[in-house]
Amino acid sequence: MNKTAEPVVIARDLSKIYRVGDRLFGRMAALRAVDGVGFTLAPGKTLAVVGESGCGKSTLARMVSLIERPTAGSLRLVGHEASGVPAAETRALRRHVQIVFQDPYGSLNPRHKVGTILTEPLVVNTDLGKVERIEQARAMLARVGLRPEHYSRYPHMFSGGQRQRIAIARALMLHPDVVVADEPVSALDLSIQAQVLNLLMDLQQEFGLAYLFISHALSVVRHMADEVMVMYLGRVVEHGAKTAIFERPRHPYTRALHASTPFVDRSLRTVRTPVVGEPPSPLDPPSGCGFRTRCPHATQVCAAERPALRPVDGQLVACHHAETI
Amino acid sequence: MALLEIEDLSVSFATRAGNLRAVDGMSFSVEPGEVLGIVGESGSGKSVAMLALMGLVAAPGIVKARRMAFDGRDLQAMSARERRHVAGKDIAMIFQEPMTSLNPCFTVGYQIIEALATHAGDSSRVRRRHAIELLEQVGIPAPESRIDAYPHQLSGGMNQRVMIAMALAGNPRLLLADEPTTALDVTVQAQILDLLLRLQRERGMALVLITHDMGVVAETAQRVLVMYAGQIVEQQHAEGLFAAPRHPYTAALLDALPERSPGAARLPTIPGMVPGLADRPSGCLFHPRCHFADRRCRAEMPELRGLDGATVRCHYPLAALADAR
Repeated sequence: MNKTAEPVVIARDLSKIYRVGDRLFGRMAALRAVDGVGFTLAPGKTLAVVGESGCGKSTLARMVSLIERPTAGSLRLVGHEASGVPAAETRALRRHVQIVFQDPYGSLNPRHKVGTILTEPLVVNTDLGKVERIEQARAMLARVGLRPEHYSRYPHMFSGGQRQRIAIARALMLHPDVVVADEPVSALDLSIQAQVLNLLMDLQQEFGLAYLFISHALSVVRHMADEVMVMYLGRVVEHGAKTAIFERPRHPYTRALHASTPFVDRSLRTVRTPVVGEPPSPLDPPSGCGFRTRCPHATQVCAAERPALRPVDGQLVACHHAETI
Repeated sequence: MALLEIEDLSVSFATRAGNLRAVDGMSFSVEPGEVLGIVGESGSGKSVAMLALMGLVAAPGIVKARRMAFDGRDLQAMSARERRHVAGKDIAMIFQEPMTSLNPCFTVGYQIIEALATHAGDSSRVRRRHAIELLEQVGIPAPESRIDAYPHQLSGGMNQRVMIAMALAGNPRLLLADEPTTALDVTVQAQILDLLLRLQRERGMALVLITHDMGVVAETAQRVLVMYAGQIVEQQHAEGLFAAPRHPYTAALLDALPERSPGAARLPTIPGMVPGLADRPSGCLFHPRCHFADRRCRAEMPELRGLDGATVRCHYPLAALADAR
């Protein structure tokens, strides 16, 4: 395994632009799904990415896990350049970064037995013989809390929680340095969610995994993360240590997320001041600050000028009024 | 007098595997103007019970109840026509997926006016004006133009507002909301919950909120029913339930919430999973997953019994708040 002190992921100014629209009549529009996102992820740490649908968090996850190529910006994985290099080089890097998807019903091939699903990464990426592959797959199956007889069953014979364990086992077969987890527990029931979160925490300890943890659920993020990055309309609006983001959020959107999240314990509830409106379309984003159309603190400068991500109080905030609100 | 009285409601499905009971001996009532929360994991029977109440369980489902009464009138004794007049007008229901609940081929105005035409006389011009009023009441901006929009032209949050407007068309006294915000983003969820509570207050309408999200229940409901494997296992006032749950299942579910274990490396979990329809255990349905289960729990199904203000289905209920201290 590649264990260096340097960050396992270094993303600089990553952008993904999709061309969408009417091909026939040539009315194509540019959809900036991710727009200039940068971060570093240290070995064994968890960076959580929070945001609502359409904020670009899943596109970011797909770029980091080498499923999508970034339109612009640079991405370094375990010390190697991963963007703008030949396909053969990115293929070699894939074993270092693996992904777990949200929906364990859609992400496992229904025609393959669990054993096939788990050994396939080894067939593609290693020279191991059949006996060793099976041995490793069985060991991983046990490690994620499934029984030996599950090896020769099909995905449909499992519950959602068990399927997510299979997906996690598959991601770990190549002993990656980074696991991108895209909403790994949001399709699961509450009692199962806690089991899978515990498993992810245990595996992180055992294998020294770094997690890029994508989620919309603040309470889950608070449990898992070391650092939190809040995204809105493809851009990072706030980024900092977990304690900073949860105890003294500086961006109005981060505060709105807090205020909108329902909590069981009263002490965690903030005064409910729901933000108005809904996220604007990424095809037609507002000028200046993306959040200004819903922001209670917006002024003229917010419409005129896009706020840069800058250090405020030890965290990074993209807001013109971060000091005064 | 209670607005809705349900006694011993059972819904079973006759299949080749046998008679499968999705809802088993459910008794509860709803008072006028009350907000009742029903929580449970998937497969707990919470949605099927509401569909049964609306008369929407199709063959091979069999609905049985000792008594189902709305406003003192026996729903089972009514003709299909009368029943439709009650379920749909006096009792309205909204669902989780606003996108699939609306017909994509018709404008939202057409669909609201259709609901108005079914439940009130009036001329078409009056109905259109009424529909615009309803859209305004549910917080849709520029209702005069949005009334002619198709569902795909509106966001998920706006479509859920349209569904609520349709539900309000018959001026219901009871609104059943089945996971109304689960498919929505968290800032929009907060808006929709606030809207539902405002309408409930202003109209003196009773609201039954079905959800798997403990936070949503804690912030909205006055009284809570907890369901497990088709049965009610606990019923209590919201404050008591979250401070001192009496059933081990409720307690374990609340403990599994990440927000209740700040800083902990591991979350308390419930071992195993919810039993399927075909493999219900003997005795107490929760005993295979319960820390406190003994021989009696394995052999004997506990009855639902009253216990200083709460109702619990457990041989060994947990201590009330006063005793716990």
